Parts: sequence; structure tokens; C-alpha cells
Amino acid sequence: MIEVTGLTKSYGGFLAVDDISFRCQPGRVTGFLGPNGAGKTTTMRVMAGLTPATRGETLIGGHRYRDIPNPGTHVGVLLDASAQHAGRTGREVLMVGAKTMGLPESRVDEMLDMVSLSQTESKRRVRNYSLGMRQRLGIAHALLGDPSVLILDEPANGLDPAGIRWMRDLLKHYADRGGTVLLSSHLLNEVELIADDMILIGRGKIVAQGTKKSLLAERSTGTLVTAVDNEALSTALSAAGLQVNRAGDALRVDAQPLQVGQVAADQRLVLTELRPADGGLENLFLELTSDSQRDDLTHTDDPQGAPA
Amino acid sequence: MSATEPLTLDVSQTRRVPFGRLVSVEIRKMADTRAGIWLLGLTVLVTAAFMVIFYFVADSDERIFGNFIGIAATPQGFVLPVLGILLITSEWGQRTAMVTFALEPSRSKVIASKVVAALILGLGAFVAAILLASIGTLVGGAEGGFEDLKATTFLLFLGLQILSVLQGLAYGLIFLNTPAAIVTFFVLPIASSIIFSVVPALQDSAPWLDLGTAQQPLFEAGTGADLTGEQLAQLGTTSLIWIILPFVIGLIRVMRAELK
Repeated sequence: MIEVTGLTKSYGGFLAVDDISFRCQPGRVTGFLGPNGAGKTTTMRVMAGLTPATRGETLIGGHRYRDIPNPGTHVGVLLDASAQHAGRTGREVLMVGAKTMGLPESRVDEMLDMVSLSQTESKRRVRNYSLGMRQRLGIAHALLGDPSVLILDEPANGLDPAGIRWMRDLLKHYADRGGTVLLSSHLLNEVELIADDMILIGRGKIVAQGTKKSLLAERSTGTLVTAVDNEALSTALSAAGLQVNRAGDALRVDAQPLQVGQVAADQRLVLTELRPADGGLENLFLELTSDSQRDDLTHTDDPQGAPA
Repeated sequence: MSATEPLTLDVSQTRRVPFGRLVSVEIRKMADTRAGIWLLGLTVLVTAAFMVIFYFVADSDERIFGNFIGIAATPQGFVLPVLGILLITSEWGQRTAMVTFALEPSRSKVIASKVVAALILGLGAFVAAILLASIGTLVGGAEGGFEDLKATTFLLFLGLQILSVLQGLAYGLIFLNTPAAIVTFFVLPIASSIIFSVVPALQDSAPWLDLGTAQQPLFEAGTGADLTGEQLAQLGTTSLIWIILPFVIGLIRVMRAELK
């Protein structure tokens, strides 16, 4: 539904986005993950026609964004929750959007309801909103035109844990109804919780992409397992020829969860936990983050960037 | 992932955003913040205040409609350009340009809608000035205050309003920044008229190159004086230099700019 092909954006000599290609499928949430300054926002801005690409193109449902008539009714965009007129009320922000798209006023109330902004809150000026409230307003704005594609830049930024949970459910349901969601984040956990597919980007290049499961399996460094009797399990696994290491209260085994479970079943050992160790993805992400942290000393383009 | 999900958007049933709707949204955006409401209110208030002052300062036989209208030109010439500037720059200052252009990707269409909205607001100020001048003439005017009224009085005043709104829009487009646009708008003409009046070699060409000098006859037109062909030509050249040219440069800038 979203198709990015060979997208490159350079500023002078600096390559913000370096020849990236990916797709987002309908019915799925795609997480766009990378540290601040990795090129996520630039990519999304090119998608919405706000930034001209140096090379390559982005198509949404087969169209260039600027060729989509009344685009708000097809593609919901939230690029920066703080990019709202501080002197307008939340309700008026939505009214301006609804009027532009030609929607009835009742749609504004529906959206306020949907993002749990009360009528009283909606009559306050955006200046007095917390970042979390601005995010809710931004999501309401993106959903106003009942679009089938959502492009959200850091939508979870500033939301409290309950808010993140709420947004996760909202986007899941949206995707379940056939919608396409692309959302960016600089927090691995956030994306892991919400996304079906993941694209990892660092310094303008895609470093990994695929379904969340395949990425976790690919990068997996084995299996984490905990048994009621760890000693007995460790002996049994070693006897089966598997490499076993202690990892806190658990055992880290150089094998697939299936193999480990089979050994435990054969020995009639009771397990309390059995899962793929996903340290690989996290390590990869941390590598990206540490790189960009050095860059950030001279190049900061996201003053909102919350500490990871 | 299933093959039955559509991979293309069907946009054949969707109409583009009509131009009139964009214009009405732009007018709405001018009036839905405190700053906007104040500016619109201020336009009317200052106009009224100038007329009241004029009433007390002027001799009783000078209190005719043409003079009341003429006195409105000065305050409105200050406020209307600021309105034009804000219509453009507030989108950048508050970063709402991202939202505006995401909902209507055609930049020329958005700018055109802002121009039309600004002209409508300018027209509103014109109507307000006429109403206030009429009230002033009826209540405190000299006998026969409405005599000798000519259509050109209205047309030239309206022309002046439109020019100053367009000038504001042009400076807004060039700077995309409220303080820079406002300061330049007020300082540049002063600097220009100083240069043209101080440098002897330039004095003769001042009516052709200096906007203030060329617009002077418009301010005096309220009393019923007609503009000569030469004066109109001078208005043309100065408007080209000070209004049309900056507008085109600003438009090119916005057409190419990355919207942050």
C-alpha cells in the first residue's frame, strides 16, 4: 500500500536518507525504528509531499501523494504533534481540518470521543496541552477523514503507559479492519509491542527489515529457559549436546525453543519460561543509537527527542 | 498480507478540495485565534479612532465624507499589510504549514486561497471604512458632506487597500517569519523615501521608483482629485518593484521550500 523505492534525500553533502526501499502492507502495522536523526522523519515528510526527494519515489496506493485528491480522506498524516497553532483550541484545530476536507462537525466530536479528549479539554487552547494531549489531538486529526493509510511520526512520544496501551489497541484495530499503518519510533520496546513488520534504519540506511517474528528469530541468540529445577535441565540439555549458559535466573541455550522444550518434555521437567532470546535485535538497535549519539553532538534536528 | 487486500487506493470517487472551501478555511483561520480577532477588531477600532481625532482636529467645513475616508487610509495602510503578513507567516511560526499542505498538496492553490482570503478581509476593512466615514459624515459632518462624491474616490481607496494587503502577503512569503516581515515592511519604505529625498540625483525618479512617493496621490484622492495618466503609470512601476516582484520571489521560494 505504501511503496518506497530507492528513496534518497541529501542536504548539501549530507545524506539524510540513502537509497532506501520498503513496503507497508494493508492490515498490518509497520514499525519504522531508528535513533533520532536516522532519517525516519525525512522519509515520512517525503511521503506526504512536504520535502522533495533527491532521487527515488514514494507511492501510496499507487499514487504520488500530491496526485491524491483531498488527501486527508485517504491518508492520515501526523508528522509532529507540536505543529499546531498554540492559540487555537483543540476543537478548532480539528474543525479547520474537517472544514478543509469537507466533513460535518459531528465528525469532530466523534474523533474527540475516540481519543478521549473531553469537551472541556477540547475547548482549551493547544498552548495549555501536555505533549500526551497533543499526540491524542494529532491522532484524532490524522483519523478525521477516515483514511485507509496512516503515517504517524513518533505518535507514542509523550504518552503515558496507559496512553501507549490505548494507542496500541487503536492501531491494532485499525489494521485489523484493513488499514495500513506506518509509525516511527526511536524506542524498540514501543515498536515491538505494536508492530507486525519492522524496518530498522540508521544513518539514512535500512539495516534490517522483515516481520517482527522473523527479525527476532534471525537475530536471536538462542533460547531463554527457566525450569523449576534449573540444574537438572542444564544437565539434560548438555547431555543432548546443546551449549548452555547461565543468564541470571534463567538458562541461555544455543538452540531453538522447540529443541529445548523437547528435551524438557523428554525428561519430564517443568518449565516456567521458554522464549527466544531477542538480545540480538536490541544489540543491533543499541549499536545504531550509540552511533547517532556521537552524531547528535554536532547535528541535532530533534529538540523533542526524549531520552531512550 | 492476504492477496485479497487492495494494494491501490481508489481515488476516482474523490473530488479535489474546492477552491472556495480553502478560501473560507483561510478566513476562518484568521479569526479563530486571539491574535487574529484582535487584529481584525483593531483594524476597525483604529479606523474609527482616526476619524474621531480628525473630527476634533479638522475645521467644520473640512468634515466631508471624502476626508473621512481619506483619513482611514493611513491606519488601514498600517494594519492591513500586517494582516497579509500574518496570514502567511503564522503558518510557519506555528508550524501549521505542515498540516495545511498535507491536506492540500497544491502549494499554488493554497497560496492563491490565502491571497483571495486576504483580499476579502481587505474588502471588509474597506466596507468598514465606508460605513464609519458615512456615520462620521452623518453625525458630525459639514452640511453637504456627501456632495461631490466620485466613484474614483472609492476605487482609488480600494486600490490602495488591495495594494497594501498584497504587499504584506509578498513580504510574508519572502521571509516566512513574522518579525522579519513586519520590520522589513515598515523600515524599507522609510529607508527608501529617505534615500530618494536626500540624494539629489534620485529626486526626479522618486515617483517612478519610490512606492511612498507614488502612492501619495492615492491618499490625496479622497478629496476628489483625479489621478493623471502619468501618476497611474508611476503607481504601476513602483507596485511592480515593491509588490509584484517580492510576491513572485516569495512564491517561488514557497513552491520550492521544504515545509518544516
